[in-house]
Amino acid sequence: MLRIVAVFALLVFSTGASASEPSKDFTLASNQGANLRLAEQRGEVIMLNFWASWCGPCRQEMPLLDQLHERYSAAGFQVWGVNVDAHRSDAEKLLGKIPVDFPILFDSTSEVSKMYGIDAMPSTVFIDRDGNVRHIHKGYRDGDEAAYKKIIKELIRE
Amino acid sequence: MVVEADVVVTKLLRYCLALGLIFPIYASAAVLPEERADNLYHAYSGGGVTIDGPSVLIRKNIGNNVSFSANYYVDMISGASIDVEATASEYTERRDQYSLGVDYLVDKTTINFGYTNSSESDYEAQTVGFGISQGFFGDLSTIDLRVSYGSDEVFRNDDEYFSDEAQHRRYGVSWNQILTQKLIAELSVETVTDEGYLNNPYRTVRFLDPTVSQGFSYQPENYPRTRNSDAAAIRLKYRLPYRASIKGEYRRYADSWGITADNVEFRYTHPLEEQDEWILEGKIRYYQQTSADFYSDLFPYSNATNFRARDKELSNYTTLALGVGVSYELPQRWSLLNRRNTINLYWDHILFDYEDFLDVTVHGDSTAITPGSEPAYSFSANVIRLFWTVRI
Amino acid sequence: MLRYLLPLLAVSLFSGCTVTPWVAPYERQYLADPIMGFERDPVAASYMNHVYEAREAARGAEGGSGGGCGCN
Repeated sequence: MLRIVAVFALLVFSTGASASEPSKDFTLASNQGANLRLAEQRGEVIMLNFWASWCGPCRQEMPLLDQLHERYSAAGFQVWGVNVDAHRSDAEKLLGKIPVDFPILFDSTSEVSKMYGIDAMPSTVFIDRDGNVRHIHKGYRDGDEAAYKKIIKELIRE
Repeated sequence: MVVEADVVVTKLLRYCLALGLIFPIYASAAVLPEERADNLYHAYSGGGVTIDGPSVLIRKNIGNNVSFSANYYVDMISGASIDVEATASEYTERRDQYSLGVDYLVDKTTINFGYTNSSESDYEAQTVGFGISQGFFGDLSTIDLRVSYGSDEVFRNDDEYFSDEAQHRRYGVSWNQILTQKLIAELSVETVTDEGYLNNPYRTVRFLDPTVSQGFSYQPENYPRTRNSDAAAIRLKYRLPYRASIKGEYRRYADSWGITADNVEFRYTHPLEEQDEWILEGKIRYYQQTSADFYSDLFPYSNATNFRARDKELSNYTTLALGVGVSYELPQRWSLLNRRNTINLYWDHILFDYEDFLDVTVHGDSTAITPGSEPAYSFSANVIRLFWTVRI
Repeated sequence: MLRYLLPLLAVSLFSGCTVTPWVAPYERQYLADPIMGFERDPVAASYMNHVYEAREAARGAEGGSGGGCGCN
C-alpha cells in the first residue's frame, strides 16, 4: 500500500505546470482577417486561452479576458483566444452573443491544442516577451482573474 | 456474501479516502454541482390510490468548494388500494421528508454528507449518508462510493402499544466512464441490508377457511427480520449522428428473500432548437420479478408457514412503463432576475400485471368463485412530474 | 459482486496515471451537451426512483451523480 502511495505521489508531483520552455510556434486562421503566427509576436506578452463554445467556465471568463486585453495592450500584452470547436460557426455564434475585441484563432482540427498538451478546458498559457511558456493555468473558477493579473503584471515588467 | 461485501466496501472506502488525500495536489479542477432551484409537483394515480405533493430542491454554492442542498418533499396519500379495498376502509395519510446535504470539493474529489428525515403518523425514519466521488484519467472516469445508514421506528395507528424498529445499510459503487467522444457508460453496484420489522403492520395474508361462507380468511403477515440484496446496473448514453441522444439501461437484482428481478430501459432525448428551448423525451421501461419464497396468494390453512406474505410487491409480476416528457426554456424576456427558467412536464403510464396475486374483490358481489380461481390482478397507473427549474 | 469489482478498480487505478486520456478535454463537444447527462434533473429522477422502489421489490444501483462531460 505504501509503495502504491509513493508511486502515486511521484506521478502527481511530476504533473505540475512547467517552469519555462520555448513556446511551440503555430499559424492559425483568425477572426481578424489575416492568419496569425505566434513566432511573429516576439517582444509581446501573449496569453493563449484555449476555449470552446460548449464550455461553461470558458464562456464565463470571456468578458474578463476582454478586459485584461484592453487594459494591458498598451504595455505590450495580447490575449489570443484559441477556439477548439470542431465547427467554426459554433464559435462565431457564441461570439455574436459575447463579443470580444481580442483575436480569436480557430484550431478546428485540434492541432495546436494537441501540441500544447491541453488537458483541461479552459486552459490558459502565458508566454513571455522572449517566446517562452512561463505558466499554464488549468480551468477557470470565480476569482481566477486575480491570478491572471498577477502573472501578466510580472511578465510585462520584465 | 453480504458480510464479505461489507468488508470489501470498507476496504475500498479506506483506499479511496487515502487516494483522496493525495489527489488534491493533482492538476486541474472539477466543479461543484450546478446551482439551481426546482419546484416539483408529483402525482401517482392508479390501483385506487392517489399519491401527490410537492418536492422543492434548492442547491446553493458557497465559494468554489462548498455546495449546500436542501429538499422538502411531501406525499399525500388518499384512496384505497386493492389490499385496503378487500380488508379495510379508505384512508388518507401524509408523509413529510426533509433532506440536507453538503458537498465539499477538493480538486477532483467531492465529499458529500447527507441527512434525511421522513415522518408519517406511524413511521419515523432517519438516514445519514456519506459519499465520495473522484475523477481519474484526465476526467474520463469518475468513481462514486456511497454508504448510508437508516434507522426507522414503526408504529400502528390502531394500536398504541405496538412499536418496533428497523435499520437499513446501503453500500454503493458507481463507475462512470467516457468511452468515446459520443459514448458514456456507467456501472453501478449496490448492496442493501435491512434488519428489524420489515412488514407492513396492516397487511394480511389469506388462507383457506372452510368454516366461513366465502371459503377464506385473513391473518397478519409475518416477514423475516433480515433482508439482504444486491443490485448491479449498466447504463449507456450515446449521442446520435444528429443532435439527440439515446440511453440504455439494464439492472439485475437478487435478494435473500428469493426475489430476483431485471429491468431494461431505453430513452430518447431530442432537442428541437439549437438553444435547448424545447427538449422532448420518450422512454420505455420493462421490469419483471419473481416472488419471495414465503409469498402465497392463498395459504392452505392458518399459520401454514413460519413466514408469510401476500404483498403484491413480493409476488411474480411485470411492469411496463411508457413515458413522454417535454422541457421548455423560457425566453430571456420572461425570465426572473435574468436567470434561466425551465418548465418541464413528464407523463409516465405504468402497466402492472400480476401473475399470482389474485383479485379477491370479485367476491364482493357474492359470486360463487372458488378461492384460488379468481382472476389475476392488474392495473395501470399514471405518473405526472410537473416542475419549474431556476438556474441560479 | 463487489469482490469482483475491486481487482478491476485496482487495476484501472494503478494503470491510470500512465494512460493518456483518449478523449481530450477539447474533444468533449458532444459530451458537454446537457442531453448527454444520464439524468438532467435530480429532483425528477429521484422521484421516479422512489416510485419504482415503492412499487417494485428491487432496489439499489440507481446510479451515481449523472455522467455528462466532466470537462469543465
